[in-house]
Amino acid sequence: MEYILKNGIVFDPTNNVKGEKKDVMFKDGKIVEQVSDDAKVLDVTDKLVMPAGIDPHAHIAGPKLVVGRMYRPEDSRRGATQKTSVIRGESGFSIPSCPATGYRYSRMGYGTVVEAAMPPLEGKHTHEEICAIPNIDVPALPLFGNNWFVFEFAKENKIDELAAFISSWLKITKGYGVKIVNPCGSEAWGWGKNVHGFDDKPPYFDVTSREVVKALAKANEKLGLPHSIHIHPNDLGHPGNVPTTLETLDSIKDVKKNAGVRDQTIHCCHLQFHAYQGNSWKDASSGAEEIAKYINSTDHVTCDVGQVTLDETTTMTADAPMEYDLYKLSGLKWVNKDIEFETAAGIIPVIYSAKSPVNTLQWAIGLELFLHIDDPWKVCLTTDHPNAGPFQRYPRIMSWLMSNTRRMEMIENGEVHKWVNSRTTLPTIDREYDFNDIAIISRAAPAKIYGFEDRGALTPGYNADIAVYDIKPNEIDPSKEYEAIEKGFSLTDYTIKDGKILVKDKEIVQVKKSRTIWTNVMGLEKEEQAVIDGIMPFFNQYYSVKWENYPVHDHYLSDPIRVDVQASK
Amino acid sequence: MAYEAPITDYDHIVENCTCAFCGCNCDDLDYLVKDGHVVAVRHACRLGASKIMEDLDQRLLVPMVRDDDGELKEVDWDTALDKAAEYIANSIRPIFYGWSETSIECMKEGVALGEYIGAVLDNQATICHGPSLLAVQNAGYPVQTLGEVQSRADMCVFSGSNPMNSHPRHLARYSVFCRGYFRTRGRFDRTVVTMDPKFTDTAKVSDLWVGFEQNGDYGFYNAIRAVLKGKELYQDVISGIPREDIYELAEAMKNAEFGTLFFGLGLTHTLSKQRSIDIAIKMIIDLNKFTKWGLTPMRGHFNVNGFNIFMAFESGFPLGVDYCRGYPRFLSGETNTIDLLTRGECDVFMVVAADPGAHYPNGAVQHLAKIPVIQVDIHWGPSTEIADVVLPGSFIGVECGGTSYRMDGVPIYMKKAIDKPETCRDDEWIIRELKERVMKLREEPNVAPKYVPNPAAL
Repeated sequence: MEYILKNGIVFDPTNNVKGEKKDVMFKDGKIVEQVSDDAKVLDVTDKLVMPAGIDPHAHIAGPKLVVGRMYRPEDSRRGATQKTSVIRGESGFSIPSCPATGYRYSRMGYGTVVEAAMPPLEGKHTHEEICAIPNIDVPALPLFGNNWFVFEFAKENKIDELAAFISSWLKITKGYGVKIVNPCGSEAWGWGKNVHGFDDKPPYFDVTSREVVKALAKANEKLGLPHSIHIHPNDLGHPGNVPTTLETLDSIKDVKKNAGVRDQTIHCCHLQFHAYQGNSWKDASSGAEEIAKYINSTDHVTCDVGQVTLDETTTMTADAPMEYDLYKLSGLKWVNKDIEFETAAGIIPVIYSAKSPVNTLQWAIGLELFLHIDDPWKVCLTTDHPNAGPFQRYPRIMSWLMSNTRRMEMIENGEVHKWVNSRTTLPTIDREYDFNDIAIISRAAPAKIYGFEDRGALTPGYNADIAVYDIKPNEIDPSKEYEAIEKGFSLTDYTIKDGKILVKDKEIVQVKKSRTIWTNVMGLEKEEQAVIDGIMPFFNQYYSVKWENYPVHDHYLSDPIRVDVQASK
Repeated sequence: MAYEAPITDYDHIVENCTCAFCGCNCDDLDYLVKDGHVVAVRHACRLGASKIMEDLDQRLLVPMVRDDDGELKEVDWDTALDKAAEYIANSIRPIFYGWSETSIECMKEGVALGEYIGAVLDNQATICHGPSLLAVQNAGYPVQTLGEVQSRADMCVFSGSNPMNSHPRHLARYSVFCRGYFRTRGRFDRTVVTMDPKFTDTAKVSDLWVGFEQNGDYGFYNAIRAVLKGKELYQDVISGIPREDIYELAEAMKNAEFGTLFFGLGLTHTLSKQRSIDIAIKMIIDLNKFTKWGLTPMRGHFNVNGFNIFMAFESGFPLGVDYCRGYPRFLSGETNTIDLLTRGECDVFMVVAADPGAHYPNGAVQHLAKIPVIQVDIHWGPSTEIADVVLPGSFIGVECGGTSYRMDGVPIYMKKAIDKPETCRDDEWIIRELKERVMKLREEPNVAPKYVPNPAAL
């Protein structure tokens, strides 16, 4: 089937198209340069056209999500909507059910969402949920930062073995890249402890967080994976964590990049949570400027923000000790989920209130990061869904970024706490994002950072993943009409995925199965087997499942997209 | 116990099969197969082995429909499925109950049918660990996988649970006797405590038995919490336990390096119901201020946790999910099976891999006897006696592959080892057939003409 999207105002940063009025054509699920006269015309005159959105870091599928849904019926109830002839009934606000997750991303014009934490032991569960989410493609990042085998390789600096281990575990879990969460800290949590700083060791292991991160970065580059290491550094959410964050980012600067598809060697997620100055919440202030300065001065770091949206939401992370710290602050119902030899996780509901000084500080730091980092290709739009807010708030964040008027209104009207004036630089920044910047942080940059070569741009041959918004970029003044911006980005006129029209006139008209994307490293088969043979005695003795039951079988994948990578020897 | 000679007469062995009995989901079983039957099972406990080997005992083999005289008559598959589909299609308030002894793959079909027709989907948790789920919604859920317990735990507490009888391999495989990475001497490196009014078989192998009074659990855990918070106890004896013993136990729990509380129906079904679990969870959370503690509900069926997990990711609620309004909702006391039955609301009941006839309270069974009941199961049971349509399924993990979730949430693929009896069908196939037939008989009810977002989610 051939289509032509006629007369839209196209923003396609990868191809340097900045608001040109032009047609976008696609055929059989791919973008093409030319279509025949039989092509169906979709008239989108003067409307905003972009590649479909890519969310580089969200928690949407997996064991901790399901516990969140199980233990927060109050949240599930909040999003209940009735089924129609096309879609199933929905539920959930901050932790929507699987069907609701897919529909809501689709309505916002998103086509790909990265599930940012998959415990290998429960990889089957993550993939079962991915199969239950419609309309979006979901790559998943397995957790490596607290894996005992990784500790052993890192301690002995066995980078070749570690590379073979990663390549093998990506196959086993059908994962896309290397995720590191509070390296060594979640292992320390096995004993109710945490690590403090980048050079601390967990009990019983003679290895530091620095050694683990550096080893994983080296192994990642040795393999030349499409994505760099994806790190959630130590000390998340602690006032005074800026030095830890900077040390973590700086420790990788000498690691040589070995992948042409991306620019960075380290991607730091939800950076907002890692940019706090001070010694305690009493004297905490923003460290965004310092961190942004570092990122501006280097070229090996990218980040996503984890913008606080000032909602009631649910925090969930593999940084389990941090979740217990949050419990001690709020006393709300606490979930913990430790996974043998691999990771841990914690969950707690949280209410981000604009009246709270700390929450306002967090809100401002996020925006400061967006506005202080000069190059939008280095920063992505996320809320670390659901940790800083649910993903359906992205349009509101876009409106904040595009409108200094709105930001100053919030500050001056007292909609947010006055700490924003005394502890952050936000009131002094008047930068405003334009549509091109928005297209970069929400699709082009994530695609580049993940090394996707089939999405995130309207290049001929790429997947026809396209979003058309009911916004007329040449007529609107985003600075003044911020409400229209939020509304416009919330519901698309068209969301097209693989050439299929999923959303039309703000309604879902079609549902399609999701697909996972995973990285298949080729050329290390022998090394992988040697590594597996080496760890098998440990596995057989201590893991609570049989090896045969450990991998994610093909049974749990529906039509996966395999990215082949030739490992360099 | 008489000596039984090992089985040597078999055709082949199927290794690493998963046991379809309790929530331990042991995935290390070897089936010895002869002439298409499992004649012996290695590594399993007696509960698991007997279920697997005696798969044909009281086995339902042919579809049956109850005739006008009230007798179950054998019929062909088409007749039985059509009859069942007709009941479901004409129902106003159907309940699809059970699911804990079948696969996630079958549940997928079940939820599709339930959403289509607007049924209530519920599982055995409603009569067993339901209070635990309610408590989790109140207080939280600090858990860990069983491998963590094996390698780290130096203190294991069993409360209202008797795994020596109910989960026989639990102690050996996951919690007490097994050698773990940091517990190299196994049992000798652990302190085992049983908290139970009865001196159970598990109490016999424990270092300490805390025999609090019947229904004394809430008071007892409350006292431990008070001690943990540095409060003084004024009563000499609390819930039948002397004050000094409570101080001593609280101190021991604080000084453990890694402790775990396993609790069973003895805790969920005492007078204070979910409040007992509430306070036990809060006690575990309090203990984390001193050292590391977690808990695990001792789930009974091999996939009872699976249903709760599956429903949570499909609908947002773990049990008692009511689709009658075209969207999922859950309210304890309103959308749970027992309440719906005792109020006489339900008009068609489908039971999949469960036996309500044996387990439900009298009032609920009385209502079941009045309404059409469709049974999908592999064995005869009291539910068969009140069933109007019987659809013989297949044995997950033996005759049919499928996914299940262990009590700690670890997913396991249970593989197929032998063929099912020719006249039986896979559960997944049966529910899918029913779905397709119901769809032909009745247009989908409760469909909104247009998507209307929930203002609370905007």
